[in-house]
Amino acid sequence: MIRIATTGNKGKGIRSDCFVTLELTDQGGIQLELESKVIVMYGDSIRKEALEILDFFGIKNARIRIEDSGAISLVLAARLEAAIKKVINTEKSWLPAMLEENLYTTAKEHNRFSRLYLPGNSPSLMINAGIHKPDGIILDLEDAVAPDKKDEARFLVRNALCGIDFYGAERMVRINQGERGLEDLEYIIPYNVNLILLPKCETAEQVHAVNNKITDIVTRHASHVTSNSSLVTRPASRVWLMPIIESALGVINAYQIANSAPNIVALAIGLEDYTADLGTRRTAEGTESFFARSMVVNAARAAGIQPIDSVFSDVGDMEGLRQNVLRSKALGFDGMGCIHPRQIVVIHETFAPTPDEIEKAKKIVFAFHKAQEKGLGVVALGTKMIDPPVVKRALNTINLALKMNKLAENWRESYEQI
Amino acid sequence: MNKFDKLVTNAAGRIVPTVINGKPAIPYMGVGKYKPEGFRAAPKIASCADYPADGNKVIPSLKEALLKAGLRDGITISTHHHFRNGDLVATQIFDIAHELGIKDLMWFPSASFPCHEPMTKYLEDGTINRIEGSMNGALGKFTSEGKMKGLGVLRSHGGRYQAVQDGEVHIDIAVIAAPTADPFGDANGVNGSAACGPLGFALADSQYADKVIIVTDNLIPFPCLPWQINGNYVDYVVVLDKIGIPEKIVSGTTEITKSPDRLLLAEWSAKFCDEAGLIYDGFSFQAGAGGTALSIGIYFSEILRERKWKARFARGGSNKYLVKMLEEGLVEYILDGQTFDLDGVRSMRENPHHTWTSPFTSYNYHSKGNFSSMVDIVILGATEVDVNFNANVVTHSDGYLLHGIGGWQNTLFGKCVILPIPLFRDRMPVIRDAVTTICGPGELIDVIVTERGIAINPLSTDLIEKMKNSSLPIKTIEELKAEAEKICGVPAKPKFADEVVAVVKWVDGTVLDSIWRVEG
Repeated sequence: MIRIATTGNKGKGIRSDCFVTLELTDQGGIQLELESKVIVMYGDSIRKEALEILDFFGIKNARIRIEDSGAISLVLAARLEAAIKKVINTEKSWLPAMLEENLYTTAKEHNRFSRLYLPGNSPSLMINAGIHKPDGIILDLEDAVAPDKKDEARFLVRNALCGIDFYGAERMVRINQGERGLEDLEYIIPYNVNLILLPKCETAEQVHAVNNKITDIVTRHASHVTSNSSLVTRPASRVWLMPIIESALGVINAYQIANSAPNIVALAIGLEDYTADLGTRRTAEGTESFFARSMVVNAARAAGIQPIDSVFSDVGDMEGLRQNVLRSKALGFDGMGCIHPRQIVVIHETFAPTPDEIEKAKKIVFAFHKAQEKGLGVVALGTKMIDPPVVKRALNTINLALKMNKLAENWRESYEQI
Repeated sequence: MNKFDKLVTNAAGRIVPTVINGKPAIPYMGVGKYKPEGFRAAPKIASCADYPADGNKVIPSLKEALLKAGLRDGITISTHHHFRNGDLVATQIFDIAHELGIKDLMWFPSASFPCHEPMTKYLEDGTINRIEGSMNGALGKFTSEGKMKGLGVLRSHGGRYQAVQDGEVHIDIAVIAAPTADPFGDANGVNGSAACGPLGFALADSQYADKVIIVTDNLIPFPCLPWQINGNYVDYVVVLDKIGIPEKIVSGTTEITKSPDRLLLAEWSAKFCDEAGLIYDGFSFQAGAGGTALSIGIYFSEILRERKWKARFARGGSNKYLVKMLEEGLVEYILDGQTFDLDGVRSMRENPHHTWTSPFTSYNYHSKGNFSSMVDIVILGATEVDVNFNANVVTHSDGYLLHGIGGWQNTLFGKCVILPIPLFRDRMPVIRDAVTTICGPGELIDVIVTERGIAINPLSTDLIEKMKNSSLPIKTIEELKAEAEKICGVPAKPKFADEVVAVVKWVDGTVLDSIWRVEG
């Protein structure tokens, strides 16, 4: 193994992070050097924590240098542990306390209008992500992390799952492709992750491999605890999966994938990779991806899960985003990814039922309830018969409107008086 | 002479000196409690007989003008900061003094900027004894480390006018850099390559200094109109090649914030104002120049446009965003204290509804009222706020002095004062048990808007009542503090030596707080 390791980030524009240089030595004890922009407020606590962690991993002699730009405790710990695990072999883990407010689960039909991508190695973007109220946050271990940073990102993502409050957003992680992705699961499954995104999914076997690994981890963790705090584990059936279709083969196998496991709740499409695979480019109109998007929508609907659209990458163009969401909604998608918190409001507002849609739905649902009260099998609006699927859609619209505070809980009382 | 002496505890509970640089000082007594007596200061009577009848006061060099004005050891020299970080004049004055071996000067700027860092060498070699004004960046650090010979005094823009007017500070020589001037000394800031908008920060200096020197790089024949500074106060006029760096004067770099967290603060602040009924047809607001404050202006615009309302006036710092509101008819008047970009300068030059103000018209507490108390909504920043809503703008939580007060203290007298601030910045919690330095008493601060909730001052009972059923996350300030500390940990306090290095004056000239030497 190597004797010197570095982890973390430093330099211009880096905030809420730290850069750790760790060198194992043969004698002289621990020599700690700390440079921090918050040294007056947190210098003592950073030193204390660093020494505790080194001691926990049994390191007696080392030179360690911490260049801190305001990293909170769980970030510092992640950087230190990642550095330590580059220079020694150990089974132990140093975990931040699991926040009680992070112990929520999400329902299969959880609203998934928006899911905010957060690069898995950038702590500054994670800390405040939840205040923007996305339906989900994605701690991304895949494309948003540089190849040489992928190992250390695992510790950061794990610690974020334990100690950062995302204020009710569904806690998602995008793992890597292939074997690395299966290894990623070790760092997230025991820490109450709600949903795993599977990138570049092309076959049902990939889904099965992930589920097998999840079962394996859960079983192992139930009997084997090597850390400073108690683990929180969840049965594998409650970790939802969202495969992402990003290739021609994935599109062709979309239904098989969507239908491959009971814990799949949504099927997403990733258009950057898909268009590259086709040998074409992504355009604003999206003609080149029309087939793939429709395939994903159809496959998802056929499997009874949510179809989710790709991200819109121009974070400055809110009108373009709005148009994109309108197209997405028209194609049948239930949500899309976002890469900037300001996109969330636009996505929610545009996916949300319009006042017009709500008004229509109210009439239908009201008529439906009336028919039920009278014991009638057929719903009618005036002289017009309403088909059951129309009623179902109207009920969905009303539920969404209620969830988004666009309709009062007691709307039927006031509706009755009109 | 001791820098400071006779420490007492003032009405804010802070330990402050009652002797500052050898002169007596009054400890802070509470908002509106100290009542001044006596008469304003007055400069010597001048006679036309001593000035050229042809009106030509031009002197060949700054050095000659300074010598004629009586440059000597121990005097006070003032400058203004309308050129912000593009000022080329202030440092030159002290270069000359240094070259002549002059010692123990007091520099009395209306504010200092990073471009004034060279002053540290003159503070070190004794050319300058102390700064009374603002000590930003490197000068602040220098002061905090106890290296300044005299005691620093921090005043608000209004407090500076008050101190000059009341005779607390006597200016021996005022050097007023002017983008355009005539040989008689009339001057303005709206024309010329160094155009900066108003020259209001130099008004007191022109009125009260013994000697007044205008320095310009754009001399035009009499009359220089508009004459924001009247030549009747001026002794000498000096022409230099270049008095300022235009791109640093009107940098135009302040843009609407792109930070999602700050946009959220802006959105909630605007929503708060709306829900509390503070926005109405004919209301007024103070538009700050920071990215968050600018974004609040955008939200205000949307509300006004939708309801076909107008603001009666907006208090600037102006820039293109505020000018746009004026030109769109969303704001009827801009009362401008300083201008941040060329759109602001152009508007002030061309639009009679965009007028320059001075600390006298806007802020001076020792006068027969001023308009800062008439402003409905005031949006401000702070480095720290405490659980009693006291706020700090000059020091950071590590104890270092880094900023000046500016007009911040003066605008606290607005009807509703709102501080949109992030709950923590890179692990530094903003809400403390007690602020490191009190700059504004909590009783004048109504609302703290953070990205994790909004706290209303318990003293602002009307606001609490109005926001009872708000859709916004209203919390107590203690709850917000606990939330930040849960994320960041509880910060340790800086260690200070028993040595005052500077004091913060309140708007009435009393001593509000001391800044202590940081133990490094």
